[in-house]
Amino acid sequence: MSTAITDAPAKKKLSPRRRAQRIRWTQYALLVAFVIAFALGADWGQIQSVFFRSDLVKATLTEGLPNAFKNTLVYTAGAFVLGLLLGTVLALMRLSSVGPYRWISTAWIEFFRGLPAIVVFIAFSLLPLAFEGLVIPYDPYGTVWVALGLVASAYMAETIRAGIQAVPPGQIEAARSLGMPAGVATRKIILPQAFRIITPPLTNEVILLVKDSSLVYVLGLSAAGYELTKYGRDLASSNANLTPLVVAGFCYLVITLPLSYVVRRMEARQKKER
Amino acid sequence: MSSSATHRGAAVVEVTDLHKSFGSNHVLRGLDATIRQGEVVCVIGPSGSGKSTFLRCINLLEQPTSGSIKVGGEEVTDPDCDIDAIRRNMGMVFQQFNLFPHLSVLDNCTVAQTTVLKRGKEEAETKARDNLEKVGLSDKADAYPAQLSGGQQQRVAIARALSMDPKLMLFDEPTSALDPELVGDVLSVMRRLATEGMTMFVVTHEMAFAREVADRVIFMDGGSIVEEGVPSQVIGSPTEERTRVFLQRVLDPTHVDPGAEDEAHAERHRAAAAAAGSTPGVPLDPQR
Repeated sequence: MSTAITDAPAKKKLSPRRRAQRIRWTQYALLVAFVIAFALGADWGQIQSVFFRSDLVKATLTEGLPNAFKNTLVYTAGAFVLGLLLGTVLALMRLSSVGPYRWISTAWIEFFRGLPAIVVFIAFSLLPLAFEGLVIPYDPYGTVWVALGLVASAYMAETIRAGIQAVPPGQIEAARSLGMPAGVATRKIILPQAFRIITPPLTNEVILLVKDSSLVYVLGLSAAGYELTKYGRDLASSNANLTPLVVAGFCYLVITLPLSYVVRRMEARQKKER
Repeated sequence: MSSSATHRGAAVVEVTDLHKSFGSNHVLRGLDATIRQGEVVCVIGPSGSGKSTFLRCINLLEQPTSGSIKVGGEEVTDPDCDIDAIRRNMGMVFQQFNLFPHLSVLDNCTVAQTTVLKRGKEEAETKARDNLEKVGLSDKADAYPAQLSGGQQQRVAIARALSMDPKLMLFDEPTSALDPELVGDVLSVMRRLATEGMTMFVVTHEMAFAREVADRVIFMDGGSIVEEGVPSQVIGSPTEERTRVFLQRVLDPTHVDPGAEDEAHAERHRAAAAAAGSTPGVPLDPQR
């Protein structure tokens, strides 16, 4: 049937589509085999008692979980607000016509993006030792907000800068042609559009922040200041069982999965608008 | 150089020896022009001739390299001049409309009134609605730019500029980005503005519009003003060869001079022969 056009070679070869079909079936077969082997081979009782012990699930949920959950949210929210404010200032500085502003903000961004977040947190935990009498207000929240916010500001500054630069130059020309001074044009025309563009990536930053907030345990917080990871980890080690950590992990998913769903929705909508 | 045919009123814009370079690219090579009160001046010329750059220098969207631009007697290239104040009196309409996509049509027309002119919300909205009515879009006040056609967007852009009560309107190829069937609406709005006595400076490719509406036509080529005068003269019976060649191309785009046609014909034949010779089978791409 297919010989007329392609003057086929004598040896019978699979057509590309047939070959692709065969490869696909092989993959399905492999997957099924793997799942069966895992289902038969795994020690389900052991898995359940290590990861999902019901009494420990209950204990974890009731003891300090609400507080830890709240702390994770509060740490993240505060750091986000601080990071956003600082990040906006840094982004505007990065785009400033004044050279030193550009240098300062570039140095800041590169410094905090280049360092592991945990190094920043360790440094913050040592600050009160190095500077005697230094008190960061709203302890422990203040310290966490500042430390996490500094790290966040560097990432957000780059996102915001990209958003500002994604606003077509015709927008600023139109605004200035109407007699708006540069500041008014930035506030009324450029930033609102920039933030619309960057809402999805900014929400991704929030997801990263939620996860980075798990590192603040190095700040040496008291029990009332524990967030999900520290709380789950302590319980896990005192019970020699992973269940509390699993519960804590699920709590992160409760926060992050809806956020990534929202991001996907927003991205889809932006694609449609374009 | 300003051999203006119609001296309607005082000079609104006076340009003397304007030069503009982008790097080593000398785009404007010494322009002199005057726009008078109530006058409609159309600038025509081939693409790349510097028309748009010329217009954008007048409200300082481009910084001139040298020369003088006086708007209402004030030198806009002077660092002491308050360019925002001058721009307030000068409406600008862009080829790409440049409406603010995050604001409704009404807010597009009020945002500069309230922030720059410090008008109250009510006053600004009344003014905006009046101008939307003028461009025939009073029913679209609550729409967003993305919901409008190109022609509607451009008319909103005109209403937005008019809402600042400008003394002069600059149009930078306002119909060049429009589908042909939408051009008419925008031109008729502009025509009406002209009859109402608005001072207008229009860079355009619409020869019929220039011929009908302009008091004066400036023909630019290679960064200089080649010819200037009333439309019947510049478009009707141009004295310069360059103007004639340009107008012939624009007004009769299907016309090809005979020599060139023979050459093109021969070229096509050669190409066809070559294509036929090299691939004697079915030239169809089997992937399609």
